[in-house]
Amino acid sequence: MLNKLYDWVDERLDITPIWRDIADHEVPEHVNPAHHFSAFVYCFGGLTFFITVIQILSGMFLTMYYVPDIENAWQSVYYLQNEVAFGEIVRGMHHWGASLVVVMIFLHTLRVFFTGSYKKPRELNWVVGVMLFGVILGLSFTGYLLPWDMKALFATKVGIEIAASVPLVGDMIKTLLAGDSTILGAQTLTRFFAIHVFFLPAALLGLLAAHFIMIRRQGISGPL
Amino acid sequence: MSNNRVSRRQFLGYTLTGVGGFMAAGMLMPMVRFAVDPVLQQKEGGDFVLTDQRVDEVTEEPVRVDFTFEQTDAWYVSEVTSSAWVYKEGDKLIALSPVCKHLGCTVNWAGDPEQPNRFFCPCHAGRYEKNGQNVPGTPPLGPLDEYDVQEQDGYVAIGVVKANTLVV
Repeated sequence: MLNKLYDWVDERLDITPIWRDIADHEVPEHVNPAHHFSAFVYCFGGLTFFITVIQILSGMFLTMYYVPDIENAWQSVYYLQNEVAFGEIVRGMHHWGASLVVVMIFLHTLRVFFTGSYKKPRELNWVVGVMLFGVILGLSFTGYLLPWDMKALFATKVGIEIAASVPLVGDMIKTLLAGDSTILGAQTLTRFFAIHVFFLPAALLGLLAAHFIMIRRQGISGPL
Repeated sequence: MSNNRVSRRQFLGYTLTGVGGFMAAGMLMPMVRFAVDPVLQQKEGGDFVLTDQRVDEVTEEPVRVDFTFEQTDAWYVSEVTSSAWVYKEGDKLIALSPVCKHLGCTVNWAGDPEQPNRFFCPCHAGRYEKNGQNVPGTPPLGPLDEYDVQEQDGYVAIGVVKANTLVV
């Protein structure tokens, strides 16, 4: 049945070359853990992407209950975690996954560094990778405030003070982040929410696309 | 042993699809259950809410009776005021829901001066008889819902809403 459906679409749209381009590519021996077990270090990039997908999915589901408002944010988080079926699991996936993404992206960076994969002709992909790292850290920072509990509040105070220590423009950055020159409150929460669920994910998807197109065009770097 | 040999490629294909599907399901199941929770949550049955309408002042003419109760909307608890159309049929108290069965607007008794013995919905001119029976040829497709109603210390108390039992 599925085959027939596929053939029907393929006959009209010729989709086979499209997914072949995406899915069919050789995995060289030196990056295949089945040949050399130590090649598992080449999995870190894929694992980072896998966890990122989980983060996007679990985040989409969390926004079904979450409210980015100082009156209701904590209450809605408490409700979705304790009153909604599997709330603890879904929030747990997003909470632990957030830390795991940073760990995996760091391991991936180490692998790229120690195999020298950043060297010519792959310098641009390294640059995009560093930008991706920045976006992930931005997502971590903005997401940390959203539960609107004491830890979130004071962690963000500290983060914003660190941003404010930038010479000359520090105070402007602080106001830009917090939405107010002195208060860390209603406007901060809505800003961080917007940045966390719209702006940074958009940047993330664009950079990921560039990252993947480049690796597919250039292929994986050779063995050491 | 059958003669249909499964090739190594097919075997790996089936195994990987199976394991991959199992893992994907394990990942998606909590999220989907989380999302559909409002459909599956059990609502506890409501208590009777006392109104300030005296039973001995209720006549055979429907009157609008407001009642206020505490509504829990997920994490938001608030006082909500609803109303019912209450009248007597002999000695029996009757309370009808004012929610139109067409598209949910609020109906009024004698809302249309030209037909003073019917409920009238201003949105699309839906009409109902006194017992809630929808008037054929007007938009509603069913009779008005009915509230459980009882007398408490001489006052009207309104319970949960149920399907109309007066219309045969």
